Amino acid sequence: MTIEIPNNTYCTKSHEYITIEGDTAILGITHYAAEQLGEIVYVELPEVGTEFLKGDIFGTIESVKAASELYMPVAGKVIEINETLTSEPELINDDCYTAGWIVKITGFSQDDLIDTLSSADYLNHIEE
Amino acid sequence: MLSNYNYLPHTQEDRAQMLKEIGLPNQEDLFSNIPKDLKECFSLFLPKAYCELELQSRMLELAKKNIWNGDYISFLGAGCYDHYIPSIVENIASKVEFLTAYTPYQPEISQGTLQAIYEFQSMICSLTGMDVANASMYDGATATAEAVLMACRITKRTKAIIARTLNPETQDVIKTYLNGPEIDIDVSPMNDEGITDTNKLKELITKEVACVVIQMPNFLGNIEDVKKIEAIAHENGSLFVVSMNPISVGILKTPGQYGADIVIGDGQPLGCNMMYGGPAFGFMACTNKFMRQLPGRIAGATLDKNGNTAYTLTLQTREQHIRREKATSNICSNQALCALTSCVYMSAIGPKGLKELANISFQRAHHLATKINNIPGFSILTENFFNEFIMILPKELSEETFNNKMLELKIIPGINVSSYFEELPRSILVSITEKNKLVDLYLFISALKDISKSLGLG
Repeated sequence: MTIEIPNNTYCTKSHEYITIEGDTAILGITHYAAEQLGEIVYVELPEVGTEFLKGDIFGTIESVKAASELYMPVAGKVIEINETLTSEPELINDDCYTAGWIVKITGFSQDDLIDTLSSADYLNHIEE
Repeated sequence: MLSNYNYLPHTQEDRAQMLKEIGLPNQEDLFSNIPKDLKECFSLFLPKAYCELELQSRMLELAKKNIWNGDYISFLGAGCYDHYIPSIVENIASKVEFLTAYTPYQPEISQGTLQAIYEFQSMICSLTGMDVANASMYDGATATAEAVLMACRITKRTKAIIARTLNPETQDVIKTYLNGPEIDIDVSPMNDEGITDTNKLKELITKEVACVVIQMPNFLGNIEDVKKIEAIAHENGSLFVVSMNPISVGILKTPGQYGADIVIGDGQPLGCNMMYGGPAFGFMACTNKFMRQLPGRIAGATLDKNGNTAYTLTLQTREQHIRREKATSNICSNQALCALTSCVYMSAIGPKGLKELANISFQRAHHLATKINNIPGFSILTENFFNEFIMILPKELSEETFNNKMLELKIIPGINVSSYFEELPRSILVSITEKNKLVDLYLFISALKDISKSLGLG
C-alpha cells in the first residue's frame, strides 16, 4: 500500500516532510520512513515556542527497532505539537501525513526549501 | 622446578616443545628485546613457594592483623553502614544460578534473573517514591554523576550545583566524570548547622543550572531543608536530584514525596557487607516523565504469547546497542549480584522491618548524642540528624590521639571528618545502626567520660 504524498509537500533525504499551508508548515516523517522504522512506540516532542535552525534536532522517534532523531528541514518556530502522539505514537505508522503529523511551525523562509526534494524527486530518491 | 607448580597448565615438556617449535633455546630468550637494566629493576624478589597448608596459615596470620567490626565496637558509617544481614540473604544470593555481575546478554532465557531485577526495581521505586528504577549502577557515586548527566540531557543545560554536604568522595567522582562532557560544577556551601545554606544556594543558581544535587540525610548525617531546596531548584527550571540512604526512609519521607525528579544512592545499607567499603551497588530512579533519559538496563514485565507473565529488558532504545553514540549512557554492566542480594534483603526485612531498624538506629543515635553533649569538653554539632552525627572533640584533644585511645579500648569511634571539611575541625562522624547494642553505647560514653576527666574537664 502506498500513501500519497499531499500537495505542497517537500521531503528531505533524512525522510522528514514539510507541507506548506500559507504561513504555517506541518512537519512529520514520510510514509517510507515510518515503514522502515516499524512499529513506532514513542515520540519525543519539542516545546511549543522553541525556535530551531535548519538542521537542528527537534525531536526523537523510537520504534521497536531503532531510535532516530528528527531534523528541521527549514528554520522556524514551533507553534503547535501533536500531543496525541504521546499516547498514540502509532498514528505515524497509520497516517503520517494527516493524523500522524508531528509539529507545526511558522516563521520559515521559502528560501530554506531549496535543499529539500519535491515529492516526485523524493520518490525517485527512495527507489534508488 | 616448574613441575612443582601444580596449578600451571603447561608442563615442563609442553614448554620445551613450544620453545623448540619457535627455535629458541630457553624461556628467557622470549624476553631478550627488553633492555637488561629494565629487566633488573623489575626483578621479582619472591619468597619460596608455599604448599597449600603453609599458605593457609600465612594468610590467617596476615588476616589477624586486621581489626574488624565483629571484634571491635564500630561507629563507622559515612555511607557504609554495619546493618544486620539476615542469614537467608547470603544463602539465596549465593545460588550459582544468580552468580553474575551482569544483566544477562541473552536476557529472555534468564527469566529468574530478570524477575529478580524486576522485583528489585519495584522495591527501589517504593523506597525512593519514584515511578521507574533501573537495574542498578556501579555505586552511589557513579549513579550521582549519571544523574547529573541525565539532568543536563533533559534540561539541555550545562551546569550543575552540588551540595557541599554531599559525600566528598562522590563530589570527586562527579568532577572526574563530568570533566569530559564539559559540565561545570558549582558547590553550594553549608551553614553552621551542617546543612545546605539555602540563601547562598539562591544566589548561586542561574538559568544554566541543570540540577541541584543534595544528599538525604547528608554526609554529616543531617536532615536538609528539602522543601526550600526543591522550590529553589524548580522555580529555576532545574531538576531536583536527591542522593539518599535507603534505610532512612523507614522513618523519613521518600524523596518522591518532597518533589525529587531523580533519586540515586548507594545500596550498601541494603544487605551488602561493609567489605572494606565496597563493592556494593548504586540505585537510580526517576519520575515517569524522564524515564527515557534513564541510563542503564531496565527489566519490564509483560505477557508471552500464551498469556503468561514474562520478563524482558525494556526501553532498550535508550541503550548503546541501538542508539549508538546518542545512548543515554555507555553503562551497560552493573552490580547485578549485589542488587540481587539487596532484593533478597529487602524481601527478608519487609516494610515493617525497615521501619523498625530505621527507628532503632535513630533512637539510639539520638540517645548517644544527648549523652555525649553532657560530657564536659565534648559536644555535638546539631540534633537535626538521622542515624549519624558530628561529635566535636575537646580543644585539648587531637583526632589522632582520640582515635588511638579508643582503639586501645577496642572501639572504632567513627570517621575523622576534618580531613574532608576544613570548616569542621576536631569533628568525628559517629554512626549508629541496630547492631550497636545499648551496652556498646555505654562503653563509648564511659570512655569519653574518662578522657574528659583525664583532661581535667570533668
